[in-house]
Amino acid sequence: MTNTIADIETSDMILVTGSNTTENHPVLSSFVKRAALKGKKLYLIDPRRVKLADHADNWLRPFPGTDIAWINGMMHVIIQEDLHDKNFIAQRTENFDALKETVEKYTPAYVEAITGIKQEDLIEVARQFANAPAATILYCMGITQHTCGTDNVKSLANLSLLCGHLGKPGGGVNPLRGQNNVQGACDMGGLPNVFTAYLPVGNEEARIKFERAWNVTDLSPTPGLVATEMVQKAYEGEFKSLFIIGENPMVSDPDLNHARKALGNLEFLVVQDIFETETTRMADVVLPSFCFAEKNGTFTNSERRVQRVRKAVDAPGEARRDWEIICEIATRMGYEMTYENSHEIFKEIADLTPSYKGITWERIDQIGIHWPCPSEDHAGTPILHTAQFTRGKGLFHAIEHTPPAEQTDEEYPYILTTGRVLYHYHTGTMTMRTDGLNRLSPECFVEISDKDVQKLGLDSGAMVDVSSRRGKITAKLKVSSKAVEGTVFIPFHFAKAAANVLTNGKLDPTAKIPEFKVCAIHIAPASA
Amino acid sequence: MEDHIITINENSLAFEPGETILDIAQRNRIDIPTLCHLKNTIPTNTCKVCLVEIKGSKDLVESCATKAAIGMVVSSESPRVVNARRENISRMLASGNHNCAIRDFDTIDWTSFQLGVLKDDQKNDLCPVWGDCELQDLAYRYQVKTKGMPLNECQYETERANPFIIRDFSRCILCGRCVKACCEIQVNNAIQFGYADKDLKIIAKNDAHLKDSDCVFCGECLQVCPVGALIPDRAFRDDRFKDTHTVRTTCSFCGVGCQMDLFVQDNQIVKIDGADVNLPPNNASLCVKGRFGFDFVSSSDRLTLPLIKKEGKQVQASWDEALALVAEKFTAIKDEFGSDALGVLTSARVTNEDNYIAQKFTRAVLKTNNIDHCARL
Repeated sequence: MTNTIADIETSDMILVTGSNTTENHPVLSSFVKRAALKGKKLYLIDPRRVKLADHADNWLRPFPGTDIAWINGMMHVIIQEDLHDKNFIAQRTENFDALKETVEKYTPAYVEAITGIKQEDLIEVARQFANAPAATILYCMGITQHTCGTDNVKSLANLSLLCGHLGKPGGGVNPLRGQNNVQGACDMGGLPNVFTAYLPVGNEEARIKFERAWNVTDLSPTPGLVATEMVQKAYEGEFKSLFIIGENPMVSDPDLNHARKALGNLEFLVVQDIFETETTRMADVVLPSFCFAEKNGTFTNSERRVQRVRKAVDAPGEARRDWEIICEIATRMGYEMTYENSHEIFKEIADLTPSYKGITWERIDQIGIHWPCPSEDHAGTPILHTAQFTRGKGLFHAIEHTPPAEQTDEEYPYILTTGRVLYHYHTGTMTMRTDGLNRLSPECFVEISDKDVQKLGLDSGAMVDVSSRRGKITAKLKVSSKAVEGTVFIPFHFAKAAANVLTNGKLDPTAKIPEFKVCAIHIAPASA
Repeated sequence: MEDHIITINENSLAFEPGETILDIAQRNRIDIPTLCHLKNTIPTNTCKVCLVEIKGSKDLVESCATKAAIGMVVSSESPRVVNARRENISRMLASGNHNCAIRDFDTIDWTSFQLGVLKDDQKNDLCPVWGDCELQDLAYRYQVKTKGMPLNECQYETERANPFIIRDFSRCILCGRCVKACCEIQVNNAIQFGYADKDLKIIAKNDAHLKDSDCVFCGECLQVCPVGALIPDRAFRDDRFKDTHTVRTTCSFCGVGCQMDLFVQDNQIVKIDGADVNLPPNNASLCVKGRFGFDFVSSSDRLTLPLIKKEGKQVQASWDEALALVAEKFTAIKDEFGSDALGVLTSARVTNEDNYIAQKFTRAVLKTNNIDHCARL
C-alpha cells in the first residue's frame, strides 16, 4: 500500500475494486465502513455484489475481466470535463498526451458496451473521484488475477496520477495483501528477479554486495523462474527438484490436474509444513516446522509496517524452525549457515536491505515501523511518493482493454470467478481445525443468481457438476444476491471440491499471475 | 491553547477543544470508572457510573458526555459522586444475576466462601467471569454489598446455539457497549437494543440467534462486554484461575497485521484478544479467524517428525536421515542437471527471517534464482 490502513478513514472518497474486503480483510474493511458511516463517499466496482455494497453510495457492476475499459472510461470523463489535476500532471508525471489519446475512444457509451456499467454511473464515480480533495483506491486479487493483471494495476495508477491523489494523506493506490507476510516475502527477495529490497539480480553492484556479504562467488545474474513457470517446466520434464515451504499448491494452484502431473514428474520433492496437506502427500521428504505462535521474528503487513512475531508456546514433537532446517541443509551441502537466533538474522537483513536499515527489534518492540526506514533516527515512511516517485516522475501508461483469455460459449456458458470466504483461510489447513469455523462454513458451494438457478431448473441446495475445459468438481448450488446472472463464484478453500480443478492457468505476461478470476464453465445436475 | 485548562481533582490539565472530561482524565491517568463508555464511539450515557461533580453546578454530570470548558473545576470522587455511583452500581447489581460482590463472611477459607456464594445465588455454577468483571470490580471498589439483594429472574434464556459466543442475558447490564462495538467500530450492524422498558434486550435482527443473523463473529462484542453477559464458548472460562500469561504478537492470517494478545496456559493458547485500542493497525479489533481460529496450533494432527518416501510410502524418519537425504539429492541433481533444474517456493506465511534464509540458500547454495512464493495465488 502507498498509504496506511488508518489513512483510509481520512480519505474523502474511497474506490474499492476487485476486493471482497469484509470477508478477506475484515478488520481493514471496518476502516472503510466507518468512513462511509461518517459520510465519506464509498464506491464499489466489482463483478459480485459483495457485502461492502450495503455500505456504498453506489455499486457498479462490470463484466468480469473488463477493468481497463471502465478505468479508461473514468479517465475519459475526467479529462473531457476538465477535472484532472493539471498542476500535478505537469510537475510530477510524464507521458500524459499518450494516455489522453488512448482514453479518447473510451466514451461512457463505448465503456457500457464492453463492461455493462451504466453511463450515468460511470460519470458519477468519475466526477466524485476527481472532485474529492483526497481519494483512495483499494484493490485486491479481483484486479490482479487476470491475464491483464499488470495492466489493470497500471490503469489504476494512471487514474490516481491523473487526479493527483498520490503522495498525500487520504489518497494512494493500495493493494490489500492477502497473506500475513506476502509483503515481507517480497521484501526479503523471495522472488526470482530480485535480492532483498528489490535490488535486481542482474545488477552487478548488487551481486557483488551480496557475494561479499555471503562470502560466495558467481551468484547467478539471470532472473529465475516464477512459481507457475517452475510448475510448467516440471510438467515438461526439464525441472527436476522443488523445495516447497509452507504452501499447498495442490489446492491453490490453477488447473490442478496439470499441477498434479507437474509435481508428479519431479525427481525430488521436499515439502516443509506444519500439517499433512495435498502437497506433502506427494513429497519424497516432508519436514515438520514451527507455526507463527512458536516463532520469534517479524512479519511485514500490507501497509509496509514491520511488526514483531513472538513465541507463545513450544512446538510439538521434533518440529524445527523453518530457518534452522534450511541452514542445516545448506551446511550439509558444504556451505555453513549458522545463526544464534532469528534476531541475528534480522540484523543481517537490516545490514543488507536499504529500506530496512533503520529498523531494529528494539525499535519495533511496542509498535511497528513502515519501510523505507533508511537509518535508526528515521521514523519510517507511512506514505510513499510524497515528493517524488521511485523512478522520479510518475509515468502514464497508455493501455487498451484486452478481453480475458477464455470466453464463454455454448458449451461453457457461465463465467466462474474464485476467492475466499470469511470463515476460512486459503487451503483451510489451519481454519478447518476449528469446529466453529467449520460450522459457519462447512463445505464448498456454487454461488449463483436466482435467475440462473431458475434457468437451470434447479433449486438452491441442489448438487451440481461444474466443469471447465480442464476438469470437473461437484458442489452444492447456493442462490445469493451477491451473484449476477451469468457469473458464478466458487471458494477455492475446499480440497474435496477444489475450484482450482476448473481454473485457467493462463498467465499475465509480466507478473505471471494466473487468471483465477475468469474462466468458462458448464453447470449440470450432479450425475449421482 | 494556554487558556484551555480545566481542573480535575486539583490537577490543572490542558485540553483540546471538544474533548470530554473523561477523555482528559483517561489521557492523564485519572481513573474515572465507566461501564458503558467505548473509545471512538458516541457516548450513550447508560451506566451513569462516570458521574462527576462540577463546582458551581447543581447536578452531577456524565463525564463521558460532558465537554470540557475553560476554567471548569471537576471532582471525580467527592462524597456526592461516590454516593451516586454506589447507588447506580447497586441498581445494576440488582438488575440481574450479579449476586457476587461483597458479603459478610467470617471465614478465610476461599473454597467454602465460594460455595457459600453459590448457595446464596441458588446457582450451581460460579459466574464465568468471576474475578474478571468490571461491575464486580466496581462493587468492591465502592463497597457495594449484595448480600440479601433479591435475585432477579431473567425472562430470557441463555443463548448457547452459536459457535464461539454464549449470550447470558441474566448478566447483561444493558450498557450498550456491544452494540457500539458492532455498529460503530466494526460496523457490522448485527445487534441493537430491542423491545422496551422492562423487556429491553440486546437483539440481533428479528431477535434471532447470532448464527442466524448478520453477525460475522468478529467477537468485538465479547471483548468489550464489561460483565459476564457475553462469554467465549470454550474451556478458558472454566480454567480462568489457572496460571495464565499473555504474549503480544502479529496475526498469521491476512495481510492487515493485526496486533493481538495470546493468552497461554500450560503451553496452550486458550484465548486471543485484540491488543491495545491505541495500537495500530487494528486498534484492538480482530476478525473471526484471528480471534477464534487458533485450534490448529495445538492440533494433534501437527507434523512432529520428518517423513521419507520409501517404496512409495511415507514413513517416519530421524532428522539426521531426512536432512542427509535432502542434502545428498539436491547436490546430485545440481551436479547432474545444473542449478537451474532446482527451485524453492518460499512462503508468504513464514517470517521475514525465514524468507531471507530461504532466498540466501537458493542463491548462495543452490546457485539459482529460481525462488518464488505464493504471492500470486
